[in-house]
Amino acid sequence: MAFTFAAFCYMLSLVLCAALIFFAIWHIIAFDELRTDFKSPIDQCNPLVLPEYSIHSLFCIMFLCAQEWLTLGLNVPLLFYHFWRYFRCPADSSELAYDPPAVMNADTLSYCQKEAWCKLAFYLLSFFYYLYW
Amino acid sequence: MSAPAGLPPRPAGAAAAVYPGGPGASREAAAPQSGAPRYQNGPVQSRMQFPSGYGSHLPNYSVPSGHYSQVPSKAAASHLDNQYRASYYPTYYSAPAQNVMTPSVGTNVLNTQESQQLYNKTPAHTVGSAEGPIQGAISSASYLRTSAQQSYSAFGNHYSTPVSSSVASQGFPLNSDHYTMPVVSSAMYPNVSYPPVAAGSVYGQAFTSQTLPAVGQFKETNTFSSQSTSVPHSLQQHVPVGYNTTLTTISSAQSIQDNLCRNLTGSVAKVNNQINTDLASGSCVATLTSTFLLTGADASFGSLQDIMCRSRGGSKYISIENAVCGIDSSQPVHSVSQSVLFTKPGAGTSASSAVISSVRTPAPSLSSQPQSSPSVTQSSELALQEGMQYGGYVNNQASSAPAPLSSSSDDEEEDEEDEEAAIDSSSTTSSASPVLNNYDALEGGGYPETRSVTSSPVPAPSVPQTSKASKPFGYGYPTLQPGYQNAAPPAPVQPNNPGHHPGFQHYPQQYPGVNQLSSSLGGLSLQHSQQPESLRPVNLTQDRNILPVSSVPAPVPNLNSDLRKLNCSPDSFRCTLTNIPQTQALLNKAKLPLGLLLHPFRDLTQLPVITSSTIVRCRSCRTYINPFVSFIDQRRWKCNLCYRVNDVPEEFMYNPLTRSYGEPHKRPEVQNSTVEFIASSDYMLRPPQPAVYLFVLDVSHNAVEAGYLTIVCQSLLENLDKLPGDSRTRIGFITFDSTVQFYNLQEGLSQPQMLIVSDIDEIFLPTPDSLLVNLHESKELIKDLLNALPNMFTNTRETHSALGPALQAAFKLMSPTGGRISVFQTQLPSLGAGLLHSREDPNQRSSTKVVQHLGPATDFYKKLALDCSGQQTAVDLFLLSSQYSDLASLACMSKYSAGCIYYYPSFHRSHNPAQAEKLQKDLKRYLTRKIGFEAVMRIRCTKGLSIHTFHGNFFVRSTDLLSLANVNPDAGFAVQMSIEESLTDTSLVCFQTALLYTSSKGERRIRVHTLCLPVVSSLADVYAGADVQAVVCLLANMAVDRSVSSSLSDARDALVNAVVDSLAAYMSTASNLQQSMLIAPNSLKLFPLYILALLKQKAFRTGTSTRLDDRVYAMCQMKSQPLVHLMKMIHPNLYRIDKLIDESTIHVNDRVVPQPPLQKLSAEKLTREGAFLMDCGSIFYIWIGKNCSNNFIKDVLGYPNYASVPQKMTQLPEVDALSSERTRSFISWLRDSRPLSPVLQVIKDENPAKTDFFQHLIEDRTEAAFSYYEFLLNIQQQICK
Repeated sequence: MAFTFAAFCYMLSLVLCAALIFFAIWHIIAFDELRTDFKSPIDQCNPLVLPEYSIHSLFCIMFLCAQEWLTLGLNVPLLFYHFWRYFRCPADSSELAYDPPAVMNADTLSYCQKEAWCKLAFYLLSFFYYLYW
Repeated sequence: MSAPAGLPPRPAGAAAAVYPGGPGASREAAAPQSGAPRYQNGPVQSRMQFPSGYGSHLPNYSVPSGHYSQVPSKAAASHLDNQYRASYYPTYYSAPAQNVMTPSVGTNVLNTQESQQLYNKTPAHTVGSAEGPIQGAISSASYLRTSAQQSYSAFGNHYSTPVSSSVASQGFPLNSDHYTMPVVSSAMYPNVSYPPVAAGSVYGQAFTSQTLPAVGQFKETNTFSSQSTSVPHSLQQHVPVGYNTTLTTISSAQSIQDNLCRNLTGSVAKVNNQINTDLASGSCVATLTSTFLLTGADASFGSLQDIMCRSRGGSKYISIENAVCGIDSSQPVHSVSQSVLFTKPGAGTSASSAVISSVRTPAPSLSSQPQSSPSVTQSSELALQEGMQYGGYVNNQASSAPAPLSSSSDDEEEDEEDEEAAIDSSSTTSSASPVLNNYDALEGGGYPETRSVTSSPVPAPSVPQTSKASKPFGYGYPTLQPGYQNAAPPAPVQPNNPGHHPGFQHYPQQYPGVNQLSSSLGGLSLQHSQQPESLRPVNLTQDRNILPVSSVPAPVPNLNSDLRKLNCSPDSFRCTLTNIPQTQALLNKAKLPLGLLLHPFRDLTQLPVITSSTIVRCRSCRTYINPFVSFIDQRRWKCNLCYRVNDVPEEFMYNPLTRSYGEPHKRPEVQNSTVEFIASSDYMLRPPQPAVYLFVLDVSHNAVEAGYLTIVCQSLLENLDKLPGDSRTRIGFITFDSTVQFYNLQEGLSQPQMLIVSDIDEIFLPTPDSLLVNLHESKELIKDLLNALPNMFTNTRETHSALGPALQAAFKLMSPTGGRISVFQTQLPSLGAGLLHSREDPNQRSSTKVVQHLGPATDFYKKLALDCSGQQTAVDLFLLSSQYSDLASLACMSKYSAGCIYYYPSFHRSHNPAQAEKLQKDLKRYLTRKIGFEAVMRIRCTKGLSIHTFHGNFFVRSTDLLSLANVNPDAGFAVQMSIEESLTDTSLVCFQTALLYTSSKGERRIRVHTLCLPVVSSLADVYAGADVQAVVCLLANMAVDRSVSSSLSDARDALVNAVVDSLAAYMSTASNLQQSMLIAPNSLKLFPLYILALLKQKAFRTGTSTRLDDRVYAMCQMKSQPLVHLMKMIHPNLYRIDKLIDESTIHVNDRVVPQPPLQKLSAEKLTREGAFLMDCGSIFYIWIGKNCSNNFIKDVLGYPNYASVPQKMTQLPEVDALSSERTRSFISWLRDSRPLSPVLQVIKDENPAKTDFFQHLIEDRTEAAFSYYEFLLNIQQQICK
């Protein structure tokens, strides 16, 4: 296959996807540490949330430009989820998704953990999808 | 009362334990050792007397109390051997004498009194304690069962016994038929005369006390017959009689203990048991006192006191001690109490011996017979003595009097023989093998090893029992009920708190109704029936008088009475379900929330403080050693939370209390469920911080106009020396309007220096070193500043408020040390970071639809609070505004930094004197109350349970760890729990909160509370154990969260659904109920009422005009108030006070306090001829009817007639009239029971403030809300749907 723009997109997203996988794992570990008391929610994983969201949006834009509709379709649900998460947060919040005082609530914590696992699975699958495209 | 009942049996058990191994040896040991001498030290005896049996402990304590009260270390000086004890219980014991008195006076009601007594006396027990161990070991196990069974017997006894007669007689008659089965049988009733009853006995007596409360239960109790089979067990327990005798000689008792220890050390249960036993003994004492009380109620108070005095002074008392011992076993219920005191041990012994023999015989019938015979003798004794001295009382109690006399016979003669007899009896008892029971009870049969150990000493007979015993908790109602009876009685409530009870306040409240009991059955059924028959169905739509006569008691967990006595006070630690469901599925079925309500830093009058270089904790889960652990042998203990087996450190083997070695189970850590440790440097991340206080004051035009500065500065000046702290205490001031002003108070300056920073966008500290100064070094400067401050800004025209920048500056100032920032704000912050805009639309105030803006508008304050929390700084907010100030946003600064929030709507110093007075009082309390710095609180619970959500002001650092920059004694917390793993392999669960804090003196301390609850497997049991007040408070917390995260109407729906679901679930379990009626278990009968009250509370009401700040403030309070205060907020207490002279009274500290009954919160209770007092927790309203008698207005209010009473009246004049005196003593008594002194507001019928009063009449219909009856119908409809 020729080296088209689409191919470039996939190669780039492959690399970035690896980064996302790293973020997801990092989240999982962070929540686990929270649960087991090794860490204070104040230094929670919020710093990595914004990069993750922006990287993922970047993909989507690239696939849109490359007119890779199928791939884009696969990513859109997550994109919307990210938007929802982002805008649901308090107005001028830089805390984003994880509110330190609330994150220790058992429900919130287990929700966040599940979310992190699901994302990890999704990124892994898409990693191989990009790899073998 | 239940507690006492349980107790008696134990003693027997104890005795048994002692001797089981080898009666002969033990005996010998006992005699020589004679722990008694120790306990009896001179002082002790004198005091002891009236506690009678218990006395032995008390005396010691009491004596030391004076000495030790301050510091443990001083204890060494004490002549008593018990130095350590003294040190542990510093405050604890000092009070006892008084306490005792008080309760007695008031108390008519048995239960209450007992509980109170327990506290006072518990310490006293010492004697008992010695005994205790023994008893506990053996008896405790049996306890569970026995108690149930015993209760039956007890009933019988009750009737028979004189004591019970007064109280019980009224209540019980109906039930009598049921009881016949139990041993005593119907015969007992007939003999109301009691004498025969007395014979019944040993058990009976003890139980009687319990039974009284239980009255309600009886109806249900038909089950007893079935239970009667268990009787044999009970017998064993009863054996105690023999035990008592032993006790008679104190020394012997102690020796017994020693023996026990040695023999039984292996048994896990022992430790606990011992502890329990002590408590139990205490309870017994309590019963005794209670009996006094009873008599007293009838008689004049003065007479009671006389009695007490006599008892102390009289030589009789020596014998009394013996008698006391006997009492435990025998029982006292003797209600006639006085008689009890005098009863001789000898009699008891004989009885006991008889009992014992009977015990061995398996037949159920045994119990009845043996009891009767022995008891008779005792009773006779009692009767004689009492009759002689207290004849007056007896008469009052009519029926009781005669009986006892007749029964009494040969007490004194036998005294000498008692000891021996006792020993024998005890040995016999041992055969009973109560030990096993104990064990089972404690461990729920989970631990084979322990069993084997325990069993070994015990002969074969015991085995069968154990098998039965092992399951005690889980059983269905038949079994449980007995337990409930014991537990249920309101009185027992207190028993939980082993000793630390501050309070009179508490008790008095509960018991006021008591007097009425004697006079009216109705009262009885209300109060007493509650607990025992917590499952009794109540038809809500028909039963209109569901409100108890006095305040609602906390339910007592259905534990064996040893554990119950050790358990944490419900004031500090309450669980919504006192019977924990086995699985999450069961919990879901019950539709009730599972959670804890904590008041961990409550002011305690007695608190064992332990200084020890090693704090014993579980190696894996880090649980602190507590009364509910089990000692496998002397060197190992098993954690009750994670079940790990730990070693007992060498140091722990030495018991400072008794100065003996090898008694780890008697250490104070294992004897008290609330203890405080002085922590070593291992518990510090940095050297303990000094107390640092920073005041941030709004001085804008608005603030100056309101005039709060004067009050604040005045209060500060007055309390400057009382601020908690040591020589390092530091203090600082910041004021702000559109700029931020700092005050340089450095020592050496001639006058305070004001530094103004006008760059509010980048705030900085002008002179970082001299803004926070040492309070003592710069005191003069500080005083100068405080005197000058109120006048410095009188002419300001600055209307802006730069709160955000001021807070940032405060944070910078505090961050090196941590401490407390007190912020006074009077308006919406309008400049710099954190500025807010008005979000309230006044037209929406009474909207029934959407209430918006309950959450913060900005993160600024939350982030600031988190930063502060990280630097161990708490921010307390005083909001004194006349208009909307967006409390929802501002409150965040306190919420997440573990601060507290005060709100004074429409504050103005001269226009609103009530608020001004409130601020003054609040400030006084605020400035002088205890404070803990850099605190963390961890809540641990038995494996299988986990913490779901926390409620309160704090920052959650981990799944079970709260970070509290400051902790104050008025802060309450709530915790939602979930059951992650099924609890089928355990019969008990424990919760432990450990609060690690730095005291204002720079000491690192750990306060540990431990609560133990049984696990049940049936839905009915779960309902039976529901604590309606705790449930409502937890629901209120959850509803606040819901209204912020979702919407107010969601929260309201959720509240209604909580009632509908739980009642529907209950009705579906009770299949025989008519579906057309709205039925609730007795334990939950107040549930709909409380929920309705919640819905009409400012926080959740709709349709009534409510300012947003008021609403948000109410929500903040719900999250951070401890249960007692919250309940008053939700459901105020209403009393009629224009006829206080006619009301029954109690004596508190030489004051006569009338005890009017609680009234329904309904206008139908208000009459124009009356005057009413409503206690809303933070405010008292006195409502005066138009036609209120002029006498009342003149005497109490000091005005000639109704028309002349002013509109704003906040104080009652001191008029020299009886009704005035009574009213004032009643109000001050109510005030004494809470930390914040409430403001008083007199309201006339046409006063505009009357809406404040009428909004609390929650049973009435309003334009926007249901009346109580309508609400019930609504619920019923929804259930049927």
